[in-house]
Amino acid sequence: MTDGDVFLLLGVGLAVLGTVRLVLTGDHLRRVVALNVAGSGVLMVLVAVAYRSNPEEPDSVLHALVLTGIVITVSVTGLALAMVRRVERDEQDRQASHE
Amino acid sequence: MSDLLAALVLVPLGAAVVTALLPARAAGRVGLVVALALGAGSVLLALEVGSSGVLEAALGDWSIPLGIGLRADGLSALMVLLTGVVGAFVSVYASGSAAARGGALFWPVWLVLWAGLNAVYLAADLFNTYVALELVGLGAVGLVALGGPAALAAALRYLFVAVLGSLAYLLGVGLVYAETATLDIATAGQRLEGGVVMVTALSLMTVGMALKTALFPLHAWLPPAHSGAPAAVSPLLSALVVKASFYVVVRLWFGLPGADGAMAVATLVGVLGAVGVVWAAVVALRQTHLKRMVAYSTVAQVGYLFLLLPLAVPGLAAPAGAAEADAARLAWSGVAALVVAHGLAKSAMFMSAGTLARAHGSDRLDDLHGAVTRMPAVAMTFALSGVCLAGLPPTLAFVGKWQLVQAALAAGQWWWVPVLLVGGLLTFAYTAAGLRAMFDEPQRADELVELRPVARRMVVAPLVLAVLAVALGLRSVELLALVEVGSVLGSLP
Repeated sequence: MTDGDVFLLLGVGLAVLGTVRLVLTGDHLRRVVALNVAGSGVLMVLVAVAYRSNPEEPDSVLHALVLTGIVITVSVTGLALAMVRRVERDEQDRQASHE
Repeated sequence: MSDLLAALVLVPLGAAVVTALLPARAAGRVGLVVALALGAGSVLLALEVGSSGVLEAALGDWSIPLGIGLRADGLSALMVLLTGVVGAFVSVYASGSAAARGGALFWPVWLVLWAGLNAVYLAADLFNTYVALELVGLGAVGLVALGGPAALAAALRYLFVAVLGSLAYLLGVGLVYAETATLDIATAGQRLEGGVVMVTALSLMTVGMALKTALFPLHAWLPPAHSGAPAAVSPLLSALVVKASFYVVVRLWFGLPGADGAMAVATLVGVLGAVGVVWAAVVALRQTHLKRMVAYSTVAQVGYLFLLLPLAVPGLAAPAGAAEADAARLAWSGVAALVVAHGLAKSAMFMSAGTLARAHGSDRLDDLHGAVTRMPAVAMTFALSGVCLAGLPPTLAFVGKWQLVQAALAAGQWWWVPVLLVGGLLTFAYTAAGLRAMFDEPQRADELVELRPVARRMVVAPLVLAVLAVALGLRSVELLALVEVGSVLGSLP
């Protein structure tokens, strides 16, 4: 097994772990973190694919895709965090009005 | 004409920035003007592609794969046209009431969504499709969140679903690139030999897109999100947003050649679609709120679209017989007709439901008593769009379903026929359940809720779309000729 294979498998493993956690947990913040783990896994697979094609000179097209993917993941995380804050504040308000 | 392709993506994006900076009143005016211009632009694109064939453009002259390539064949043009027409009408509807928009952010977010939708349909390669899908996802989530505190949890759930779907798609793109060293679907299709990697990639991308399209049993997020959204947002989500991810499914399955396991995956997808058609319609019947009923109807109607895969895949595999090729062609144009019919009828239905809810102060069926006599035009729009969804002749959905029935018979897969018939009957049933509530007259006059006034455009815009969904059934030939432009089916026997 080469370095590329190890990274490929690690990436797939991270993607699976993140997805499973995202589906199984009910906590909003944990879901955001799980989504990021899954996203990192997918991007790592892309990096590993680029490396495996030619370890001396990895494929730059895939690197460009990964950079774009990182930017998208960051903005999605920002939006998700903002929404989690709003949702949790609403939930607290509702609890407070019950008491 | 290549400028038109770029304009269809960049104009809404630029207008989104402008409307975000302007004060609310001015933003509304700019938003409406841009929406009407985009509607006209999409008609222009359809005419151009229909007369002179496939259009291509590379933004800033950067070549693919690092540049952004745009490409419009018949299917792209049809989807841009549907988005343009429905988008323009819903924008007119939205300009009728601030409550229907849900807030000042409606125009910028909707225009971002519009840019994303056009970008999905015009993207020339697999990765730009991914970026465009994320734009659509973020726009749609933002619009749902405008529905207030009640809709916020649904919007958050929708965000997770949308991003998870995109990640599955991206993983598939990585696999295709690893095998073929290209992001262009057509080139990838030529270089792929079929086999395990290709079926895995196709399955991953299909699951991701099915999640965003709300294919049964991946649909649980849709009803709360679509029914909780503001009145002008629900029609956009149900009529347009779910179609974008379905479009990607069609592109993938028609662009990448059949492998050994492809038919098994396609059949599974078809079975899930069929179960969804029946199951979601039964659930729709049991709803006590009108918008929720219409949202479940979307889950049911999406099921029909996925019947395309089992009907078309045998015809796309390398040594296809004439009967299989015929079935693929019929299924292709049948599903195209259904996509347009659902887009028009569902947006009309959701808009009429929104108008009723606005006037009555609630969309609870029991609160809508007497609507037929008090708001006859809106009730008629609801009934008309229900008839269009059910596929009664001469509506456009009838044309689509008829072709799907023929395709099922040509492909020797008769078992899809009862699904199509039962689904149509159930559509009638839940439309009738909604109408019955509107026909019911309460025992005493003082049980009627007092109607709030609604702008006339919130009555007229959905009515025109519903009439269009009926009338297009009579003029479907031109529309269906458009989807043949540049289609892979042209090369089949």
